Amino acid sequence: MDILVQTLADGLVIGAFYSLIALGYTMVFGIIKLLNFAHGDLYMLGAFVGYTLLSILNGNGSGAGLMGIVIVLLLTMAIVGVIGMGIERVAYRPLLLAPRLSILITALGVSLFLENGSMIAWGAQYQVYPLQLSHDGWNVLGAQITYTQMGLVLIAALLMLGLHLFISRTLYGKAMRAIALDQTACHLMGINVHKVIGLTFFIGASLAAGAGTMAGAYYGTVNFMMGFIIGLKAFTAAVLGGIGSIPGAMLGGLLLGMMETAGTFVFGGSWKDVVAFSLLILILVLKPTGIMGEKVTERM
Amino acid sequence: MRLVQGKLGNILLLVVLCLLPFLSNNYWLDVATLALFYVVLAQGLNVVVGFAGLLDLGYAAFFAVGAYTTGILMTVYHWSFWLTLPVAMVFAAIVGVIVGAPTLRLRSDYLAIVTLGFGEIIRILAINLTITGSASGIYGIPRPSIGSYVLSGQMDFYYLILLVAVLAVLAVRRLGTSRLGRAWMYIREDEDAAEAMGINRINMKLLAYSIGAVIGSMAGSIFAVKMSAIAPLSFSFTQSIMILLAVVLGGLGSIPGVVLGAVLVIVLPELLRSVEDWRYLIFGAALVAMMLFRPQGLWPARYVTSPKQGRKGDKADVSFDVEKYNA
Repeated sequence: MDILVQTLADGLVIGAFYSLIALGYTMVFGIIKLLNFAHGDLYMLGAFVGYTLLSILNGNGSGAGLMGIVIVLLLTMAIVGVIGMGIERVAYRPLLLAPRLSILITALGVSLFLENGSMIAWGAQYQVYPLQLSHDGWNVLGAQITYTQMGLVLIAALLMLGLHLFISRTLYGKAMRAIALDQTACHLMGINVHKVIGLTFFIGASLAAGAGTMAGAYYGTVNFMMGFIIGLKAFTAAVLGGIGSIPGAMLGGLLLGMMETAGTFVFGGSWKDVVAFSLLILILVLKPTGIMGEKVTERM
Repeated sequence: MRLVQGKLGNILLLVVLCLLPFLSNNYWLDVATLALFYVVLAQGLNVVVGFAGLLDLGYAAFFAVGAYTTGILMTVYHWSFWLTLPVAMVFAAIVGVIVGAPTLRLRSDYLAIVTLGFGEIIRILAINLTITGSASGIYGIPRPSIGSYVLSGQMDFYYLILLVAVLAVLAVRRLGTSRLGRAWMYIREDEDAAEAMGINRINMKLLAYSIGAVIGSMAGSIFAVKMSAIAPLSFSFTQSIMILLAVVLGGLGSIPGVVLGAVLVIVLPELLRSVEDWRYLIFGAALVAMMLFRPQGLWPARYVTSPKQGRKGDKADVSFDVEKYNA
């Protein structure tokens, strides 16, 4: 029993990170039908920008209070969001009408660029996060659930709730949904399509960056290659939930996190990536639309 | 006449390549051998990405399949190298079908991600299984022999891979101009129209993917005996990206372009030794810049239906040779 609860709790935290990253994948896919390979690297960038900001904050040895951490998180999200917008502006926008292969290869180039740029900027070795999170917590049915875990899941939930409200209640959210349906018609209706696509990239990138900062704090170390595997898994989560569907991405992330923690428990740590990728191939064979995805008739 | 000039150029190039071991020192001979490996790999990927337009991001996995199949069969079961080659190829084709069949029916972006995951799975398997020698890999792979002559020196392997590279280039070139090649190109340009013209989309894609897999595994098998030791590190995601870079840089679907790309991808890093850390950063930027400013590559593929339409000085890549046809 205690193992089950522990697995659920640990899986929920990892799942929350996956969900946040999967949201960016799904939003960008929904709006311009592009799988942004560089998305996982924005998560890594978020971890590193957060690392730098926290180092500055901790520079006088005072240690960051809770308020400081929240400010760092928001700042990181804003900075990486702008970087995400910049990437869209420079690399993807000129290719929106080009063959799909070109834009995929471009995304790959951006990913390489970000990874190795970070390696040059922050070094190739693991960096220790300048933040000690408490390991106190509650004992629930024999499992140890820390305040940190609860806090992280709460922050992730708040971010997702904010996103949901934004998409369902605001004019820009409406524009996003409209563009996902029919880009040309939106153009004709006077929607500034490029602006909305840029905004989508901003939101997706900042959510990934938020996940990155939280993951850095949670695991304690960051590395320039951390985005690669996570990007793949977040994509798996997005596909599991149904690519293009926002609630699907949230659900898929949580499910994948739980499955992975369970898989680690059953098969051991070295096989946990294989679990995720095998799951991906299985979903694509059995139900490519995922749990909540609509039927995709459009082929390319 | 122009065709003859092209042929002459090719023959000259071949002669130079055959004499290379006598003209260069050991270091550059090794670089040339590696470049030829990349020529084979890049031509294999060219069939998949260049002809059929399927983005495969885990191509190194097939390279690994070939290398490990040969390595295991030779060290554990003491097979002859020449027997392991066809087994590795068949095995790679089967693996290609297993990965390709579910994903090729979907949007091709899915293929990109799934191949990426598949490449990682193969690498993790190689690291974790005992039969593949875990993280340290397989070593002590015996030298292949022809009759009583044992291939052992640098030069022997150079000629072996040169022969395979020439065969690969010829085979891929013939494929490109064949009925199959045309079918792939239609699929690449417009899948629905191709289907309407009676091309079986999924079978054709699977065939392209499997042929690519077979060529990749062939390079892997030779790699295993050349190095006599293999480790999972050689089959990382970076390796897949480098091969893709060779194809994109040279020109998707262009035979001479891809050869050029493969040589550049190997020789440029040798010249960039001084800025080791910046290498991949530059490669990433190069990929983006290529796609933005010259998506057709450095030496683009030319599709000429008859020699008359070719502009002056063109070398038709996919040409319909009227003289040969009428002879």
